[in-house]
Amino acid sequence: MTETTKPTNTSGGAGRPGDGLRVALFATCVNDAMFPETPKAVVAVLERLGCTVEFPLTQTCCGQPFTNTGYFDEAMPALRRYVETFEPYDYVVSPSGSCVGSVRDQHPMLADRSGDTDLAARARAVSARTYDFPELLVDVLGVTDVGAYFPHRVTYHPTCHSLRVTRVGDRPYRLLEAVRGITVVDLPAREECCGFGGTFAIKNADTSTAMVADKARHIADTGAEFVVAGDNSCLMNIGGMLSRQRSGIETIHLAEILAHTQDSASAAGSAAGTGIDAEPPAGAGFDPAATDDTLDMVGGDR
Amino acid sequence: MTPTPSTPPATGTRPGSGTVGKTRRTPAPRETFLGMPPFPTAARGGLTNSQQRRNLRHATHTIRDKRAKVVAEVDQWEELRVAGAAIKDRALRHLDVYLPQLEASLTAAGAHVHWARDAEEANRIIVDLVRAAHAADVEAATSAQVAGGEAEPEGETDDLAPRASDDLEVVKVKSMATQEIEMNEALERAGIAAWETDLAELIVQLGHDLPSHILVPAIHRNRSEVRDIFLREMGHYGKPAPEGLTDEPARLAEAARTHLREKFLRASVAISGANFAVAETGTLVVVESEGNGRMCLTLPRTLISVVGIEKVLPTVEDLEVMLRLLPRSSTGERMNPYTSMWTGPTEGDGPSDVHVVLLDNGRTDVLADTVGRSALRCIRCSACLNICPVYERVGGHAYGSAYPGPIGAILTPQLRGLDNPVDRALPYASSLCGACFDVCPVRIPIPELLVHMRHKVVEKKKHDRRLPTTEAATMAAASWLMGDHRRWEAALAASSGSGSVLRRALKKDRIGPLPWPAAPWTTTRDLASPPTQSFRSWWTHEHEDPAAPGHDIPGATPEQGGSR
Repeated sequence: MTETTKPTNTSGGAGRPGDGLRVALFATCVNDAMFPETPKAVVAVLERLGCTVEFPLTQTCCGQPFTNTGYFDEAMPALRRYVETFEPYDYVVSPSGSCVGSVRDQHPMLADRSGDTDLAARARAVSARTYDFPELLVDVLGVTDVGAYFPHRVTYHPTCHSLRVTRVGDRPYRLLEAVRGITVVDLPAREECCGFGGTFAIKNADTSTAMVADKARHIADTGAEFVVAGDNSCLMNIGGMLSRQRSGIETIHLAEILAHTQDSASAAGSAAGTGIDAEPPAGAGFDPAATDDTLDMVGGDR
Repeated sequence: MTPTPSTPPATGTRPGSGTVGKTRRTPAPRETFLGMPPFPTAARGGLTNSQQRRNLRHATHTIRDKRAKVVAEVDQWEELRVAGAAIKDRALRHLDVYLPQLEASLTAAGAHVHWARDAEEANRIIVDLVRAAHAADVEAATSAQVAGGEAEPEGETDDLAPRASDDLEVVKVKSMATQEIEMNEALERAGIAAWETDLAELIVQLGHDLPSHILVPAIHRNRSEVRDIFLREMGHYGKPAPEGLTDEPARLAEAARTHLREKFLRASVAISGANFAVAETGTLVVVESEGNGRMCLTLPRTLISVVGIEKVLPTVEDLEVMLRLLPRSSTGERMNPYTSMWTGPTEGDGPSDVHVVLLDNGRTDVLADTVGRSALRCIRCSACLNICPVYERVGGHAYGSAYPGPIGAILTPQLRGLDNPVDRALPYASSLCGACFDVCPVRIPIPELLVHMRHKVVEKKKHDRRLPTTEAATMAAASWLMGDHRRWEAALAASSGSGSVLRRALKKDRIGPLPWPAAPWTTTRDLASPPTQSFRSWWTHEHEDPAAPGHDIPGATPEQGGSR
């Protein structure tokens, strides 16, 4: 499912690519609690592209922290919550390769194991409709240029699960390359894990630190101001090291760069940390010229 | 692996020193895998060994780049992987057919088949075979002397046995199965010297060391360390290293060749493993790079091969796939330099006395786990080690067994069980980055198996009433929290509240070092303060319009938008 590049949504006609598309946002528990600017950015981008974004409030977590630590039974309440919450939607999007990977790879396994065949079938159906953010943009909406503006030098860290579980491939690069004003520099050894790994960072803190130290060194070598990735858990680890080193390099989620427009940039100074007014812009929002000034999304303000 | 209950090897004793009991014949390993601490602690040794870090970084990157290059040359690599997995799966599913067939084929070819349930039994069989082979040699020599009319030693029958036992020795082809059963030490205890003839295994043996890699056991050593080991040790165990030995690879190889040559020519027994065992023909296959294996497989009169039961392949045709997958995945070579195949003894050519020890040692337990059994597909190529970011930094010793790296983390706890903390820690020795699966030539889903084994660890702890631990209690509480969004929202409200407090108090959004339980993270990394408002709170504030469609959330009143 991740290899298609032909947009599946053709209902938009001559309007915006997302017109008529109803998308449910799975924010993920980590973003909900710790990094709200990222799901806000997803909302901003999708609404700018014409989508109707909904955030079903009954959502909680994909269950991955339980599953990956070996607590399969404990993951089941979160799994059930996910299936019940997102069953009514044709498109579910999440700004986390890892959580999407967990939904797609682990939910069917866990549901099978529970012996609940009905739940297993439902979990499979919902997981097949769950997209990593770059997949929804490139595969479903058929866009790489989302009208973003980000006049900074950045380097992209492909997170392990976006690389090897959801397999988003070059989609994030194509999205970044279409951003105006941006300079994207290659990250050495980019496909190497940052050392987060959920409870791995705690259980094997020394090894995890050795890994993230190398990642931070490679990032510093690029001379970038920002390291961008599709997963805030990894960025929390990388950012924790970069911050401890007083490196002056910031972390930013891909969605926040894509949400950033010429207008939001000019408003950034005064609006830091206040979030966005995500009213859909009046015009064809994916064209920066047509993006009106209702957006004051702030990128990279964590 | 069955822990050997007898006394650990006397460390540091060399021929002549005789400090502890009987004098050792071979270099004593400085430590054994038995008794090592669990991975998180053992890892520190590797992480702080800067020489080893540098050696491993260089070696793993070189070999992984080489592999990537030669794999990219094969158009149908994915199809080969799928075929390799299917072949191994078929063999494993029908071991009840293929193993008896292998035994019948081997026997028909004139080989002797022995079955070993565990390491102890395998080692006992091997010791007996070596002793018997030696006795036969002595007898043959004696009758030759008698026939030749030489009446030199008198009263032979009295002093032959002790004298023979003092001289017992074997040469070895590099073999993971014999490492797994710790055969060298078992032979040493029986007074038999086992000489490693693979260059890297020789370095490890002479260095009183343990192997740290499946393919390159001395990967943690660089050539100047190898030179020092050769100069220091070779003379104690045979021909010394030449004076003025440099660390040039050609000179080091020459020193090893010269040292080993006398052992090759003298030994009457060789011990090998096998990469593959073909059921239909009784053919064993050894894949190696140096030619030392070929020497061992052809020169001595007796050949004993220790073969895990999962090494069986149904047909010779299956080798076509395996011999394409293995060299490219392991050494990054298109073809393997020395591929030896033999089917029992051949009159006048090679060993005349051929034995095969078929080893279980936990493999049938692995087979019983329908998820975990795919680990038995492993063909010991070590591509997963070379790509693993954890292995690259920690090295192989911290994995506490002959099988390090990702494959060891899933195989060892299955072979040995989860009774000790070392084996229970192994499935957690991974960040689940998934790089190992992508390079595995037989598509072992290593990340899935790591998670599967973690589940077995948790189940085992629950069963043994080692729970509730802090972790289990945390997981249970979080599970309850995530089972209902209202509970999660309450937690978020508390978090945002603490976020506000923290941000006000610290006047910054980054938190520095904290005591336990945050210490493992914050000792080396800052922590972001929670934001003052959760996403959901923002959304409810900004977006929730009771009249909008799609907000009729089950179990929530429209007015409240499902919150609280």
